[in-house]
This record gives sequence, C-alpha cells and structure tokens, in this order.
Amino acid sequence: MGKEYKTITDIAGPLVFLEKTEPVAYGELVTITLPDGTVRRGQVLDTAKDFVVVQVFEGTRGLDKSCSVRFTGDVVKLNCSKDMLGRILSGSGDPIDGGPKIVPEERREIVGAAINPYARQYPREFIQTGISAIDGMNTLVRGQKLPIFSGSGLPHNDIALQIARQAKVRGTEEEFAIVFAAMGITYEEAHQFMKEFERTGALERAVVFLNLASDPAIERLITPRMALTAAEFLAYEYDYHILVILTDMTNYCEALREISAAREEVPGRRGYPGYMYTDLATIYERAGRIRGRKGTITQMPILTMPGDDITHPIPDLTGYITEGQIVLSRELHAKGIYPPIDVLPSLSRLMKEGIGKGMTREDHKEWNDQMYAAYAEGVDLRGLVAIVGEEALSERDRRYLKFADEFERRFVNQGKYEDRDIEYTLDLGWELLAILPEEELTKIRREYIEKYHPKYRKKKAAEGEAS
Amino acid sequence: MEVKTAGSVGEIYRISGPLVVAEGLKAKMYDVCKVGEDGLMGEVVGIRGDKILIQVYEDTSGVRPGEKVVNTGMPLSVELGPGMLGTIYDGIQRPLPALKEVSGDFIGRGIEAPGLDRKKKWAFKPTVKKGDKVKGGDIIGVVKETELIAEHRILVPPNVSGTITEIYEGDFTVEDTIAVLDNGMELKLYHKWPVRIPRPYAEKLPPEIPLITGQRILDTFFPVAKGGTAAIPGPFGSGKTVTQHQLAKWADAQIIVYIGCGERGNEMTEVLEEFPELKDPRTGRPLMERTVLIANTSNMPVAAREASVYTGITIAEYFRDMGYDVAIQADSTSRWAEAMREISGRLEEMPGEEGYPAYLASRLAEFYERAGRVKTLSGHIGSVTVVGAVSPPGGDFSEPVTQNTLRIVKVFWALDAKLAARRHFPAINWLQSYSLYAEVLRSWFEQNVAPDWGELRNWAMEVLQEEANLQEIVQLVGSDALPDAQRILLEVARMIREVFLIQYAYDPVDTYCPLEKQYDMLKGIKMINDWMFKALEMGKTVEEIINVPGKEKFARAKFEENYKPVMEEALEEIRKNLLGE
Repeated sequence: MGKEYKTITDIAGPLVFLEKTEPVAYGELVTITLPDGTVRRGQVLDTAKDFVVVQVFEGTRGLDKSCSVRFTGDVVKLNCSKDMLGRILSGSGDPIDGGPKIVPEERREIVGAAINPYARQYPREFIQTGISAIDGMNTLVRGQKLPIFSGSGLPHNDIALQIARQAKVRGTEEEFAIVFAAMGITYEEAHQFMKEFERTGALERAVVFLNLASDPAIERLITPRMALTAAEFLAYEYDYHILVILTDMTNYCEALREISAAREEVPGRRGYPGYMYTDLATIYERAGRIRGRKGTITQMPILTMPGDDITHPIPDLTGYITEGQIVLSRELHAKGIYPPIDVLPSLSRLMKEGIGKGMTREDHKEWNDQMYAAYAEGVDLRGLVAIVGEEALSERDRRYLKFADEFERRFVNQGKYEDRDIEYTLDLGWELLAILPEEELTKIRREYIEKYHPKYRKKKAAEGEAS
Repeated sequence: MEVKTAGSVGEIYRISGPLVVAEGLKAKMYDVCKVGEDGLMGEVVGIRGDKILIQVYEDTSGVRPGEKVVNTGMPLSVELGPGMLGTIYDGIQRPLPALKEVSGDFIGRGIEAPGLDRKKKWAFKPTVKKGDKVKGGDIIGVVKETELIAEHRILVPPNVSGTITEIYEGDFTVEDTIAVLDNGMELKLYHKWPVRIPRPYAEKLPPEIPLITGQRILDTFFPVAKGGTAAIPGPFGSGKTVTQHQLAKWADAQIIVYIGCGERGNEMTEVLEEFPELKDPRTGRPLMERTVLIANTSNMPVAAREASVYTGITIAEYFRDMGYDVAIQADSTSRWAEAMREISGRLEEMPGEEGYPAYLASRLAEFYERAGRVKTLSGHIGSVTVVGAVSPPGGDFSEPVTQNTLRIVKVFWALDAKLAARRHFPAINWLQSYSLYAEVLRSWFEQNVAPDWGELRNWAMEVLQEEANLQEIVQLVGSDALPDAQRILLEVARMIREVFLIQYAYDPVDTYCPLEKQYDMLKGIKMINDWMFKALEMGKTVEEIINVPGKEKFARAKFEENYKPVMEEALEEIRKNLLGE
C-alpha cells in the first residue's frame, strides 16, 4: 500500500512539497490524511530523488506539516461500469446521489492516451438538433467537438439542454447517452440541469459529474478527464453514442492558471500557462470516431468568454482545437431572440461532409452559402442605415435589410421546446430567400431554385391542383 | 578527442512533465536517450553540472526517479530511403500504422518502429558501374517507389565517397547491401541523417519559377516561387488548414511533405481518407503517391511536436537532393513555437516576449532558411518550398511568432476573419498580403501564359485598392451618391472579388484552376470593365450598365471544366447588352 510520509516542507496554494521519499512516479495518485482523519487526494506534479510536489484536488485548507502523505503507486483512475448510467458523481468520480458504490468492471486511467490519427474515422453523420441556426447554418456531426462560446447571463445552459433533449441521428433508433460534467457552476445551474434530466427521463441514460462553485477548484482539473473516461468506456465498450457536455471550461482554465501560478511557472498570455493549448487539446481531442468501433464521442464544451471577448485566451485556444464554434450574442439576446446564436462568427468545420444529398438535402450546401452571404450583407447595411436612414437605400438594399430582420426573428428565433426537422429549417430558409430579388440568388444553381424556391413551388402546387 | 557517449547509463534524478533530469550520464547535446524502464525516447537539451536535461517524446506518467537512462550516443535522425511516400508518421518518424498494430487505436508508450519497412523488397537498378568514382550525394541507381514517383533515386550518403567495387541489381530490402566502395563501405537503399542539421548541397540558386497552385489569388496575385517561403497567418476558422490542404493537393511540386504539427486529429484523418481518392491533375495518379504525412496532433507529446518540423524538412531535403521539387506544408508553426516555449519553461530559461524563448527568432529563421532552389551535390536542380501556417492568438498579427516569421518569409498570405465570416474563401486579404516574388516571376508568367499577365494583375490590384478607398465614402453616404464612373468601378471590383477571388475548394472543378483559366477569367472581367465604361460614354444609364444581363452566366463559367464556350457566350451577351450589335 505504500509508505506514509510526514515530511511536508511547504504548502503553497493547492501544492504540497515533500522531501526525502522513496522514488515516486510522475503522475502518481496521492492520499493525504489530516489529523482529524479526513482524507484528501492529490497527484504528483514533479518528482525528484529528494523532493516531490503534489497538487491536492480537494484543496489544501486545513492541511499542515503534520499531515501524513501516502503514495499509492497508482495513477488516478475511474471506476468504470455500465451502471454509471443514471448516476450522479462528484467531480472526482465518487457517487453523491446516495446510491450504492459503483462496482467497477474496469478501472481506467483518466488521462486517456491519444487516439492514433491513423485509427480515426472522419465524422460524417448528421446530428439533427432541431435548432435551425445549428442544423441549417452550422451543422453538427457525430464525433465532432463543437463548443458554445457564451457570455455570462446568456442562455447557454438552455441551448445545451435543448440539444441534449433533441439530438438524434435520423433514420436510426440509436439514441445519445449523455455524459455531463459540471465544473464550478452554481448549485442553481446544476439544479436546472438535474431537474431537466429527471423530468425528461434523460437521467437514466446520463452520467453526471458535479463540481460546483463551492467545491475545490483544483478538482476541476480532473472532472473533465473523469467524464471523458466514462464516455470512452461507454462508447468503445458498449457502443453508445455519447454526447459529452462540459460546462464551464472557463472555470477549468482558471483552475489551471491557479496551479501554474502556485508552481511559479513562466506565464503565457494573461497569466495562463504556456501549455494551456496542449492541456486543452488533451481534453477536446478525445472526441471522435474510431474505425471499426460503433460508439462515438461528440463533445459540446460550453465556455463563457470573459468580457464577451472572443480573443481572450480561453475561447481563442479552444477555437484553435475544436472543429468550429457556436457563438452566442448579447445583442440578439437583448432583442429577445432565443437561441441568440450569431451565425456570422459561428462555424462548423465538419459540416461539409455531413450535409447534402442522402444526409440532409441536396440543396443544403448552396442554400447555406446563400443564406450566409445574404445575412452578412443585411447586417452590413444596418450600419449604413444608422448613418443615412432607410429612405436613402435602394430597393435591393431594403430587401436585404428585411431579410436580415426576418432571419433573426423567424429563422434563428425558435421555442425552447420547438424541435424543427431539417426540411422545415431548409424550407423556412427558402421562404426568407424569396424576400430577395431572384437574380440575387447567385450561389444556388438554377435547378434547385426551380425545385425549392416558394415561387416555383406555389406554381407547381397550383398546376397540380389544376390538373 | 570526442567523448564516447553511446552506451553510457545514468539514473533519473527528476521528472517534470516532458522534462527528465538524469545524473551519472555521459552525454553530448542532442544525443538521443532511452529513458526509464519503458525506454521512452528523449533528446538531451541541456547539461548543467553533472545533471543532464532530457526532453522526452512520450508521456512520462509512471516514470520514477532512480530508473535508468541509456544514451544511444546518436543525434535524433530519420531514415531516408524508399517507402516513405504514402506513409503517415508521427513527429519522430514512427509509422502510425505500425504503432496501431502494436498498441491498438490509442498510442502506447515505449514503442520502437523503424521509419522504413524492413521486409519490403525494392527492385534496384544501378545507374553506375564497378570502377566508377562516387561522392556524397551522387545517384547510384533507382527504385520505382510509386507509379507517380517512378524514380526514387538512391543517393550516396552526403559524407561518404570512394570507388565502387561491387554493385548489384535485383530485389533488395532497405537493409541489404547494394554496393561496396573501395574503402570497404557498404551502401544500402537507405541512410540516416540527423534532423537538426541541414543536408548539404552544391549551391543555392535564385528562385525564378513559380509554384503553380491552381488557386487564383495565390498564383495571380501573390505567387510563391519554387524554393521560396510563405506564411499564412490567420485566426481560427479563417481557413489556414483548407489553404494548406489545397496546396498539398494541387501544387505542382513532385513531392509533398505535409506536417500536421499540433493540430486536429480529424484533419489528418481527412487527408488520409481523401488523398488516396484524389487524382493528380497532371498524371491522373492518386495524390497519396507523392505525399509524406507527418502527424503530431495537439494531444500527442509536446516534445515530439518540437521535433516534427525538423523530421519533415529533412525528408523534404532528401527528395530535393534527388533533383525533385518538394513543397512542404507546416500546419502550424505556432504550435511548434509553443512546444519550444513549453520545453523552455520547464528548463527554467529566461523568457523573451510572451514567454517564448529568446531563441525563437533564430530557430524560425534556421527552419525557413532550409528552403531554397539548389544545385544538388550530384548536379541536379531541386527545390524545397516551405509554406508555414501561423496561428496568432486572437488573430493578432503583432504577436512574436507572426512577426518573427514575417521578417523571414517572402510571401505573406494574410487570412482575414471578416472575409471568413461572410464565407469569402479563400479568406486571403488582398490589401494586406504581399509576395516579394511577384516581380521576379512576372516574366515567367508573361512568357508562359500571356504577355499582358503582369499588366492585368496590376490593373486588378489597382481596382481593388480604389474600391477600398471608395468603401469608406460609401459607408458614409451610400453608393447611390457616388459618380457613375465610380459606381461602375465598384461593380467591377465586386466581380473581381466574387467571381475571380472566391474559389470553392470543395467544388470538383473550381478547386483547381489552371493558369490559362485564371488568365481568361481576369481578362474577361477586364473586357467587361472596358465595355461598361464605353457604354457609359454612349449614354447608357449606370443602372443599366451595372445590372447588365449575362453577368451571372459569366460568374458560373468557373464551375465548368470546359469553361471557354460558356464564358465566350456570356461575354458576347454582355457585350451586346452594353454596346449593341
């Protein structure tokens, strides 16, 4: 079981320094027993022949030099079992729902090895979320990592819940199981998630990891890794399609900065450690599909951009790793639009392979280009209207303005419980495109215009009735 | 006298992430060591007193102080010989399929896998005979590696020379002896070369031939020369990787080395799945047959990421030494710089700007300086063109990696988030970007494509520049308030942007635009421009002119393989509508 040491020399923030130990492995799991008998866990961050540095997950409050430290000879692992489904666990993986202990089928290291890029399969299966601004404009596919970039006070939780509720791959009965990891969110927010999971019955097919705002910050460093280990186990051993929701990654990054500062490392931008990109990548890159395995892992991390600043290191580094981003806008939120998704800075890098004939609909790609261009043009014109007034605009410009308004009010805006299928989304887009003069639809081939444009559809319908 | 370091054994003193400190070890800088019981591969990056600092290319979890460290005494090297094309390697030239065979879908640790297949036999045809004198870099024979690269030229290692006493023809593995020199030296189909040392060449030549990419904004506006250097900086989502992929697909180099340095796993998978399906536009063979992939994704060990760009460029230089034109895409050099920063931080070196090591600028310069068009040791002409993607934090080009890169490279393709947001791809900003080769290459284009190439390009650039100036006024008063001539100019600029500059990477035809088509498109726009101004003189109203029918058809010609009839028909329609019969 390993020897006990009482050789703590320093305690700084979340770090404990010891001297003169047996050789201790890098990354080893450590238990620290306080004089009152409570036990904390930690991990070796730096190890040498004459000293060891340990980061304590549950915080160092109450620790003193007399605490005894035991090195377990093991790295941090999660007890994995199919019975995790339906359970609520702490941020370090212990049950907190009053239920029995999880009997492990397997104990897995929470630091997952990197997927060999040669073993990956490119994600292609369209996930219908029922949200037009996502399905139509920034399509999600199975095995993608698509974060929501939000701001404080914006309804990112509602959107995540709506996606968790509605997400499906059409034409299959396979459902998503959900792995939900909360890092440093408030009790109230957590409660909202739990209540909703229970109400819709989603909890039965969910594993929940909760690290609340009141829980130790350092625990947040292992919570997402716990969650992804659970997801990998369920996906690769039991063929589940897993949707992983990680919220709020900003809190995770703050914890990372705290550790880095305590270790007196050379800081990168805004005090965040220089290795934050790599560290985040070891979380986000665990999404994907593997050739020859049925299960998949789709990730939807949520982060709040400090000061709504998309260039802040947290959203910035995230955007460089993830396959796109869904960006929420305070302005749209203030206009009363839900979900307040600003499609212009949003992006889904994997959509090109997941849309089109046989997946969504043949016109989707060109429709998407046209919708983007038209909305961008309309938004630009708003700037001009503010200066010269709407009267000074040409008829064409006025139609673009109208398009942009309708786009927000009818297309982006929808109910929290409104589950739109992709055909509805695309047809709704066509109705909006019909606002524009037809010769402006240069990005869509004639064939599709004649097939899907409301003008021709009506004509066809009328002809049909006549005959 | 040189101290023998090979075989020296020491003990681990300390482990801190990818940095391991050993003691009792004899070592030179950049010796490769096997660290710990698992034999993890590492490289000596510092010597402090009796302590040896080693950066380890694999995850160090579970390694303990006291475990042994063995020095191989060799610098980090790659194996250069037949069998690299079509293969995907990690940052230290371990083939990923071999790793998958050993450790499954996830990458395990301490696995040794040689860069070249030891079992495969290659048909070797000598091109020299007994008694011939050979020196370093000489070609002694050829091997057919792929259909596309029918001549993999077998080179004498650069530091070897002598007279051939034996040479064999037949099927050999890379380990078999194919020739013997009078000094007893046995030559094989492959040799090793340390990645951090540039391979020698006879002389550098000025770059004067363009690397044709089939991308309109690159070839026409901001061309890169064979043997040149280019950087693509841009915020996330602006299309760095798509641009790099386009270059890897369509650039008219004979060999492509693609380095995925600290980027997404799925992007490498995309290349792996797509390239065998794509056909080279010049030969019709699968593109994979000319491609070497190096994948060190963001979640793979950071030290191997630092090594990956050197591995890539060394492989590129090897093909250059055969007399081939090689293009190398490094995506992204920022991740490489960050790997340097991380290792430097662990070494507790004094940081420079934004925590990057003080030697960032010199390392970047050394890397790009390995590009070039050269006369090889054997007298052939080969080139290495380097295109590096840069990922500036927040899209801010003033950060150290972008700035230090721009000081070295000759071509700057500035990606613009605003263009990307309105789905103008490639989102290369035409006002910010530049190519210092544009003037040098102008004469090549004028001789090989059209005599008015340079003139046409400059005209288009002027129109776009003028448009930018006018936009500021339009923002204030609206376009209707402008004089007629300027409104026509705005329309022409719009056509240059939307018809010529926007290019659809995912359209089967538009993805690759031959030079002649590039020229015809731009020439067509220039003709429309001239007719529009003539029509204005003839008294047509500006509305009639800028809304002239036929424009849409002209715009769609780029999606046609056989574009000429469509384009001519459209131009004729526009001309008639503007000028009458």
